[in-house]
Amino acid sequence: MASYPSRALRIGVLAVTLAAANAVRAQDGITVYNAQHASLTQAWADGFTKETGIKVTIRKGSDTELANQIVQEGASSPADVFVTENSPAMVLVEKAGLFETLPKDVLEQVPAQFRPASGRWTGVAARSTVFAYDKRKLKEADLPKSMLDLADAKWKGRWAASPSGADFQAIVGALLVLKGEKVTGDWLKAMKENSSAYRGNSVAMKAVNAGEVEGAVIYHYYYFGDQAKTAENSSNVGMHYFRGQDPGAFLSTSGAGVLESSKHKKEAEAFVKWMSGKQGQAVLREGDSFEYAIGNGEASNPRLEPIAKLDAPKVEPSQLDSKKVTELMTAAGLL
Amino acid sequence: MLLLAGGVSLCALLPLGFIVWIAIETGWQTAFSLIWRPRVGELLVNTLLLELCTLPPAILLAVALAWLTERSDMPGAKFLSWLAVAPLAVPAFVQSYAWVSLLPRFHGLPAAVLVSVLAYLPFLYLPVAAQIRRLDPELEHVAASLGQSPPRVLLRVVLPQLRLAICGGSLLVGLHLLAEYGLYAMIRFDTFTTAIIDQFQSSYNGPAANMLAGVLVLSCCGLIGLEWLLRGGARYARLGSGAPRPAPRQRLGAWRLPALALPLAFAALSLGVPALTLTHWLMAAGEEVWRQGALAASLAETLGYAAAGAFAAAAAALPMAWLSVRAPGRVTRFLESCHSYLGALPGVVVALALVTVTVRIALPLYQTVATVVFAYVLMFLPRALVGLRAGIAQVPVELERAAAALGRNPARALLSVTLPLAAPGVAAAMALVAMGVATELTATLLLAPNGTRTLATEFWTLTSELDYAKAAPYAVLMILLSLPMTALLHAQARKSLGA
Repeated sequence: MASYPSRALRIGVLAVTLAAANAVRAQDGITVYNAQHASLTQAWADGFTKETGIKVTIRKGSDTELANQIVQEGASSPADVFVTENSPAMVLVEKAGLFETLPKDVLEQVPAQFRPASGRWTGVAARSTVFAYDKRKLKEADLPKSMLDLADAKWKGRWAASPSGADFQAIVGALLVLKGEKVTGDWLKAMKENSSAYRGNSVAMKAVNAGEVEGAVIYHYYYFGDQAKTAENSSNVGMHYFRGQDPGAFLSTSGAGVLESSKHKKEAEAFVKWMSGKQGQAVLREGDSFEYAIGNGEASNPRLEPIAKLDAPKVEPSQLDSKKVTELMTAAGLL
Repeated sequence: MLLLAGGVSLCALLPLGFIVWIAIETGWQTAFSLIWRPRVGELLVNTLLLELCTLPPAILLAVALAWLTERSDMPGAKFLSWLAVAPLAVPAFVQSYAWVSLLPRFHGLPAAVLVSVLAYLPFLYLPVAAQIRRLDPELEHVAASLGQSPPRVLLRVVLPQLRLAICGGSLLVGLHLLAEYGLYAMIRFDTFTTAIIDQFQSSYNGPAANMLAGVLVLSCCGLIGLEWLLRGGARYARLGSGAPRPAPRQRLGAWRLPALALPLAFAALSLGVPALTLTHWLMAAGEEVWRQGALAASLAETLGYAAAGAFAAAAAALPMAWLSVRAPGRVTRFLESCHSYLGALPGVVVALALVTVTVRIALPLYQTVATVVFAYVLMFLPRALVGLRAGIAQVPVELERAAAALGRNPARALLSVTLPLAAPGVAAAMALVAMGVATELTATLLLAPNGTRTLATEFWTLTSELDYAKAAPYAVLMILLSLPMTALLHAQARKSLGA
């Protein structure tokens, strides 16, 4: 009986040590701040570790959360690599001067349109904007020709989006580059009037599927991912591509970059090179992420509409201004 | 001892002090404009509506269930009382996952109210049922002999005596409503806590998130004040000697079977729906989802954190628990309230404070296991304290003195004599903390070291990708982990307060 507390104490010390050892073990290899979908980056990391033996530790967060976190952590950031879903968060870290310039052979794996001219980071995947609509309620002819049409009063109460998400903010960023502040501001104000807000693209698609709204501005792969699983959340959903270089045909670049403060730069660069190279792009083509492969000559998943057919507008990724976007969205009452 | 307890109290005051500090640092003007804006008003209305719509039906339901299971001759009353407590084993965000995937259109206030009642009712049921069991039936007999009808006896004699239990339970539920994140994020209902996380995710601990946290703390204070007012100062214990005899069970007659509908309906909604959804997803996904390598890893990690959190919280609460039993007084009472106010502080507030403090001041501690465990200690200190206090109170002080007389110093006497004898209470306290840690979401999300994957965070990641099938095994494991603790709570409530 008398040994009870000391035994308990020993177990307690053991538990704490084990947890701490776990954390220490995580310190070797590289640390990735990941705002991409957890399963996609995990697949990349697993493939990379298998080939190189370099361990990858992942911290999950959202685009803007992790970008701001890196900026706050500054030179003492534990992150080696930053991976996002969209470009604006990459631009935020780039503007803070925290990215290392990538070697030429890494950059040249991806066509110039999918990376900033500065060479501070590179694209690793892409996602297309679409209008996901309820097939039971809308016919081809009823669909909006341009994303800007959704500002029309006849769309009042009929469409949805996820304004607090980085995905939608990237789309607004593209609109801002393409049409300027006045048009964007007015469109956002109309959006506040016309649309319903959901937390997350997948939730917005679910709402379309359930008949809550007639359509939603989201990215394409939520649909294909759900179709490949149980189709539970997309059986009534159709995909409408705006095309014609409309802002609604915006192709958003997911980025990856190496931090200047990284203590494992070589390994970090190797990971970025792997993601944007042959094997990494094959993960996009063969896995269940359904995002576009963008590497030189790399085909995407055959189920997707080919990139060439999307007729996306040309937007230089580093022009996407997340601060201005948040300002405009706050002014419109969306945030 | 006093020094140790004082130290822990200081740590406990850290989150509160932090919010004041940030408010001062932000400047009155900015703080004011961050607090006084339409969005905050919206959130305040949402939160108020949630409290107002959830508490009254929860109280009614809890009293009805408690009366049926404890005082009526309803068949299977004992089993049904287990069913009424069992929802505790289903984490609130798993409960809302079950509802959302069953009814995709279900959201907003009505959904929030229903799921909250289902998830948190046991917090009201437990104290009310325990109180109803130990009521002195003589009072009811006297009232009946004075010509009062049974319904009037219930209304005028029984209900007033339940006031303390109802107030305490409601406070607990009310605080949970303020602090919960996962449940409301999943069914799309905005409260202060979801808005704080949204802010955190778009700007990372900016002043806006911290000011929202300040408003949240004020709301909690308001709730506690309200409970204190409603509780009143009336005396409920019996005067004079003797012990009450167990109350006879009321005959329901023809209502005996129809009365079953209420507890069964509650069980069907609170347990049946999660069971149905989980089975559905597990069937849809097949055997494969159990072979995810991450599943075993995150189970191990969760167990590690739960154990570490439980030991650390018990160790931190020990000095205070001992003091409050052995040396009650004004100072100890003050220190004790420093320990227990944390129970009213939402996890997100504690986490937000620790993120900012570690990133700005104590960078070596930033994103470490130590910080996460520290957050768990702060959040679950009150739970540990209650259990330890009850355990220590049962150890005769004479034994401790004898050990001291035989030459042990006080600390050794406490460790070698008091603790082993208080072991059941200590174990119960640690189990409660471990259960809290195993299903904790917000603080873990904000503070955990890189690469951490607990059952709760993995479940959360998978459900936010709408991968309900892969998430299902995580939910099942969390429920299995919580089951023994739920049983423990049920047994404890019966033992400590039962006749």
